[in-house]
Amino acid sequence: MTTATLFGLCSSALVGLGLFGVIVDPHPLRKILAFNLLGSGVFLLFGVVARRGAAAGLGGDPVPQALVITGIVVAFAATALAVALVLRLFEPEAGNAVESEATSAGLEVDGGRS
Amino acid sequence: MAAAFDIGLIVLLVGIGAWMIVVRDVVVATIIFVVFGLLMAIAWVRLSAVDVALTEAAIGSGITGTLLLGAAARLKGADAGGTRLSFPITVVAAVLCAMISASLAAVALLLTYPAPTLAPMAMQNLDQTGLGNPVAAVLFAYRALDTLLEKVVLLLALVGVWSLAPDRAWRGVPSLDTTVPPSDILAFFAQILPPFGIVFAIYMTWTGASNPGGAFQGGTVLAVMWLLVMMAGVMRAPSISNVWLRWLLVAGPALFLIVGFTGVFIADGFLAYPPAYAKALIVAVEAALAVSIAATLGLLAAGPPERMQQK
Repeated sequence: MTTATLFGLCSSALVGLGLFGVIVDPHPLRKILAFNLLGSGVFLLFGVVARRGAAAGLGGDPVPQALVITGIVVAFAATALAVALVLRLFEPEAGNAVESEATSAGLEVDGGRS
Repeated sequence: MAAAFDIGLIVLLVGIGAWMIVVRDVVVATIIFVVFGLLMAIAWVRLSAVDVALTEAAIGSGITGTLLLGAAARLKGADAGGTRLSFPITVVAAVLCAMISASLAAVALLLTYPAPTLAPMAMQNLDQTGLGNPVAAVLFAYRALDTLLEKVVLLLALVGVWSLAPDRAWRGVPSLDTTVPPSDILAFFAQILPPFGIVFAIYMTWTGASNPGGAFQGGTVLAVMWLLVMMAGVMRAPSISNVWLRWLLVAGPALFLIVGFTGVFIADGFLAYPPAYAKALIVAVEAALAVSIAATLGLLAAGPPERMQQK
């Protein structure tokens, strides 16, 4: 069995594990972690495709490799946004602040005027 | 020998991945994730993708780990548990996920040889770009549009993160010092490491034209150095309304766009380079991008502004 095939099997296991975590884990931060695991599996599959395309003196096809680099950076940006959303959601005073604003405005939420 | 190493690495990767999913504590899960990222970097080297290995080690493990550890520490008190799924549903989910894994494994086993590849074409046209690293040529010449749009995605993500700031803290500074207690050892490293880190980042960006490395990896090292000095309190986090900061953020994508449109007049089209100046233009764009990537990634990891700047 070649290196590429072995890592292909590895990536499929990681995708399954990550997906399971995203579905089952109730904690939002753990969902983000699991989603990153799922992403790592997908990236690894790209790496396997790149490795199989080794030709012209290169160890792998540079096109999927470059796509994975782009993907890793975008995955980080998405993770940062998701983490910011989760933190805002569970901020101790966040919920109260919205509530108290709503009560002070006579239960009318008027974003334009306040 | 090599196969044994690969099998060991794969067992570790899958085992650590599974551990991360089942472990109870969020902080522990995050630390496992960082370890997983470093092992992934080794896997990328085994797949002959050194550029990806550097990116994975710097971004996938390093800066994502910083971000998630900070978040895990802050969520510790909050009741972010949510409700667990019932046992039968968990079993159904496990079975379905196992089926997806099995079908992907089947695809990996049934892939035919010879595999389709663009490597010969990438090498054939490498001379026209003046670069020596085919991955850099894909990123900045053949598929430059992807790279340009990715920079825009990074900026959009930052706008998204900033828009989560509470009203009172708008135009304020992100608070990094609440997540990390100030300690002598951290301040010591924050003064010793950055000179080396900055030289390394510049080298990485420069050498990316002909060797593994490039603007992404160099920019990430810069971002980590910046985060380190901010976390240690050696340097204050900037206000997000700082004009200089905003120029730094858009400098890379803006230069990339300008060079791209110049290509319409002096070369074959949008984002095309005249062969004589290709390398000079690409290195200039990479340098500007490295600075912008550093600023964007650093601010993404720092999170939305939370308080006003103390005068």
